[in-house]
Amino acid sequence: MNEFAALYAAIDSTTKTNEKVAAMVEYFRSASPDDAAWAMYFLSGRRPKRAVNTTKLQSWAAESAGIAPWLFGECYDAVGDLAETITLVLGVSATIPTPDRSLAEWVIDVMLPLAQKSEAEQREVITLAWAQIPALPRFLFNKLITGGFRVGVSQDLVQRALAEVTGIPAAVLSHRMMGTWSPSSEFFLDLIAADGDQQLLSHPYPFALAHPLETDIERLGDPGEWQIEWKWDGIRAQVVRREGESFVWSRGEELITDRFPEIREIGDQLPDGTVLDGEIVAWREGAPMPFAELQKRIGRKTVGKKLLTDVPVTIIAFDILEQSGRDLRALPLRDRRSILESVRGEFILAPVHVGTWEQLAEIRLTTRESGTEGFMLKRLDSPYPTGRKRGIWWKWKTEPMTVDAVLVYAQRGSGRRASLYSDYTFAIWDETRNLVPFAKAYSGLDDDEMRRVDAFVRQNTLEKFGPVRTVTPTLVMELAFEGIQLSKRHKSGIAVRFPRIARWRHDKTPEQADRLVEIKQKIRVSPEKPLEN
Amino acid sequence: MAEVLKSTDRGLYCEAGDFYIDPWRPVDRAVITHAHSDHARWGMGSYLTADRGVNVLRRRVGEEAKIRGIPYGTTETVNGVRVTLYPAGHILGSAQVLVEQNGERWVVSGDYKTESDPTCDSFEPVPCHVFITECTFGLPIYHWRPDGEVFSEINAWWTANQAAGRASLLMGYALGKCQRALAGINSEIGPICVHGSIQPFNDNYREAGIALPATYRVGDLDRNFDYSRALILAPPSAEGTTWTRRFGAYSTAFMSGWMSIRGARRRRSVDRGFVLSDHVDWPSLLATIAASGAERVLATHGHTATLVRHLRELGMDADVLGTPWEERDAVETEEIAEP
Repeated sequence: MNEFAALYAAIDSTTKTNEKVAAMVEYFRSASPDDAAWAMYFLSGRRPKRAVNTTKLQSWAAESAGIAPWLFGECYDAVGDLAETITLVLGVSATIPTPDRSLAEWVIDVMLPLAQKSEAEQREVITLAWAQIPALPRFLFNKLITGGFRVGVSQDLVQRALAEVTGIPAAVLSHRMMGTWSPSSEFFLDLIAADGDQQLLSHPYPFALAHPLETDIERLGDPGEWQIEWKWDGIRAQVVRREGESFVWSRGEELITDRFPEIREIGDQLPDGTVLDGEIVAWREGAPMPFAELQKRIGRKTVGKKLLTDVPVTIIAFDILEQSGRDLRALPLRDRRSILESVRGEFILAPVHVGTWEQLAEIRLTTRESGTEGFMLKRLDSPYPTGRKRGIWWKWKTEPMTVDAVLVYAQRGSGRRASLYSDYTFAIWDETRNLVPFAKAYSGLDDDEMRRVDAFVRQNTLEKFGPVRTVTPTLVMELAFEGIQLSKRHKSGIAVRFPRIARWRHDKTPEQADRLVEIKQKIRVSPEKPLEN
Repeated sequence: MAEVLKSTDRGLYCEAGDFYIDPWRPVDRAVITHAHSDHARWGMGSYLTADRGVNVLRRRVGEEAKIRGIPYGTTETVNGVRVTLYPAGHILGSAQVLVEQNGERWVVSGDYKTESDPTCDSFEPVPCHVFITECTFGLPIYHWRPDGEVFSEINAWWTANQAAGRASLLMGYALGKCQRALAGINSEIGPICVHGSIQPFNDNYREAGIALPATYRVGDLDRNFDYSRALILAPPSAEGTTWTRRFGAYSTAFMSGWMSIRGARRRRSVDRGFVLSDHVDWPSLLATIAASGAERVLATHGHTATLVRHLRELGMDADVLGTPWEERDAVETEEIAEP
């Protein structure tokens, strides 16, 4: 694990993207395929379930270090991180030095089997591991067994490094890494094979993402060069139809076929070798239902008859990425659109709008009534973009600015909310992939939602500081606010005006919350005026 | 047991001898453990210190100050109280103070480390009845690595920066830490430049016969000097000031025991943290206490309550010795220790 530890140290000691990529390139050049697969798995933010009780870990560590539990507690307070505290109290070097084992060996032979072991066995395995390795790999070991491994790289960066090592374009790697996969040398060898697309039957394509429009609309030029669609308030999804099977994927790379049988049926009627990109919405009598209705469907693994009747869904298709098994992404949107229009199916074809920017701006004001969030603007002459390429897809929203943020602290409210944890602090991701608190919000949830958050807070408290509780970062909420400014007084470097909770994003994981750097970019582009409400 | 020393609002006081150890308000007679500013203050009637430390102390408290230096191990009698200084291994001239009265031996450790350091005399254990020990790093999370490993890391960082065409700005306390670094790093890698506050101390060390590589004062160099191959030593206060603009692209690092903790390193927002401390770590602290043979331990400067509770659980007689410094956060204490 020494090489992986060195990679971690290299990434952790810089904030510069190029240096991080260079460190990964060096690692992947020499790593065995199974090590590379696991490294990729962890670096791209995936993690196995935590197998060990952290309270137990603390007492085993205190015992191994020969210190009393209270003294371990003092150390934990000073350090603020369990994996690191354990590492430090056990000293810098191995007490039973042992030849290094590879990352894959550690994971497969030591870490994964922990979940099936009795507490006594776990203790034996873990305390032996602590004794066998020096501080840095011990820290990683602790981070991995507590499920807390995190380092400042994104999946995009991992793919960039792999692309450099293998010569396979990052976009292809990104496609091959979509969805669920298990890290193994076979997986890694397929991933980096010159032609390895056989097993990708179910895979969607990397989702193209839009940026909020920050400039004056007129600066986009002739509206005739843009495809203008409603921005539907639903769940972004791809429907994949290949070799007689249908798959529905969410933007979070989650297979959601079983949760949306209606969409699967739509897929079943598509010709073989078709992939559609669109938005799943709750739909009744020719109009979208509020997002809150759709939310009832999101959390469910299986759906009952009543729910299917109460909240029927459909998909509004706005793009086609594959036809007859041919990847269409390189075609200009104009051509993809005409192909999409020729496909027969039960999906709804996304309507497009034409007009001057002035006329469109007026129509946009009616979006609340139409149940949408504004317009999407997509360049007609552009290929389907990969990731967050700028300038091709814009969101022209009617809503105030919104940010998806993670709930990190909760405090009891006052008045009628006195016994409820109703005042929340939210965080977003900074450059080093740490959550940095940036806004407090008190209102926006209904009483029922607030009770559910309250229960969550009580069950997921990490620490208490007086009336404030730190909670496991899990819940994602969309915050709306009127304005945003750079601020020296706030740790995040930004201050927001009138933040409030727009809605609870059950469909998002904390990893999908917004990033500080993007929010700061918005300020740089339009410092003068907050978007209208 | 008679109280040979007691804590007062001016500092640690020996009533029989009528002198203070490291007082923080003006007094007539001061015994100084070492020349860091939280121990050596301006305005005392007279100063007694180890002769090896006279020059650095003079730089701290002024040319006119009445300073007398005595060799380590020689005994001075003050109003019938015997005072002997022993090396503390903290910085050049740092001393533990043994105070003997009626056969009672009290030792004030001052700041100390037990690892060897070529820039100062090595710590000597002194048997005593009462041991007053610092505990800046008095938590079991602090374990120092051999400094050779740390210097190899610093050399590697410097070399890598050179390869990337950027300067290496290495920060640490101007007195003690920087000289230890100079003696430890590989000076053949490239030119070594220092902040103006460091050079005078380098001269003091060289006068004391300690070999340090050649260093250039940044202020003396041409404005267009190319720093891309250089190591620049600076006090932490230089970080982010206009002084650093002349270096062009540079990487930052900080040398301190606090760099053991990842969070501390991130809060400092330096590129690298090198764990290099001139204080005792946890195992050495406990070993030193055991070696002193003391019947009673008084903890000062740092994690005092924690150390006292731990020692009591081991069956020892231990107490916290309060000082105004206790009110400060331990991190702050070391940060204000040097400009």
